[in-house]
Amino acid sequence: MIELNWYIWLSLIVFTIGMLGFLTRRNIIIIFMSIELMLNAVNINLVAMSHYMQDMRGQMLTLFVIAVAAAEAAIGLAILIALFRTKAAGHVDEATELKG
Amino acid sequence: MQYIFFAYLSVAIIGLSIFIITRKNPVHSVLGMLFMFIHVGALYLFLNAEFIAAVQVIVYAGAILVLFLFAIMILNIREELQTELFIGSWVIAIPVVAGLVIMLFLGLRAVKPGYAGPHNIDYIKTMTHTKAFGKELFMNYLLPFEVVSVILLVAMVGAIVLAKRRLR
Repeated sequence: MIELNWYIWLSLIVFTIGMLGFLTRRNIIIIFMSIELMLNAVNINLVAMSHYMQDMRGQMLTLFVIAVAAAEAAIGLAILIALFRTKAAGHVDEATELKG
Repeated sequence: MQYIFFAYLSVAIIGLSIFIITRKNPVHSVLGMLFMFIHVGALYLFLNAEFIAAVQVIVYAGAILVLFLFAIMILNIREELQTELFIGSWVIAIPVVAGLVIMLFLGLRAVKPGYAGPHNIDYIKTMTHTKAFGKELFMNYLLPFEVVSVILLVAMVGAIVLAKRRLR
């Protein structure tokens, strides 16, 4: 029988990799992908908890996380297109208008 | 047998995650992400959550990744291949992530699962997973479900407003 702890460690590792990608990459699209990685790590954790605690609540939350991830991806990529329209910059360190 | 399966899935998920954040070409990252989502879906099947596995493949691999591919089309790949992979101050990220890992490690070591709920394996077996899931969703989680539909509507309208050309 596979223990709950193993799923939690797997989810911790994937979350860490996503965080690392989010903080270090330059390309905005890869940064969005890192956010999706982190959300997936959370989902693995929720479904594993739901299975081992024999309760559906974790899976409900997973469904809502997936819906919010879809909304977030749509809004984020729309912002990216708007950014490309004002200045052709796909890198986070090139969009510095708000710095003044 | 199940150990081999779990080991394969976790190694594939971790390896593909590292693959995603280290590729220069974003298209390779998206393809790695496709495989990673399918492996995560297999992990959900492993945890007796068939409906979530189907939603994972349909929504993530089918919808969100297509959105990412559309966004990559406006990117200049040739220029992308020549720029630096990481931002200039990437060293700062390492202590931040190390601190997060230590904090989560100490926190997660103390996790004790709570009391077992009503949805045990026999219940799901007699009822089928999708039916049990739908019953729980529409009886106890109806208001969050409606709120999520409003969130999706707001996201749709917001994406159209943000991405359309300014009318003068």
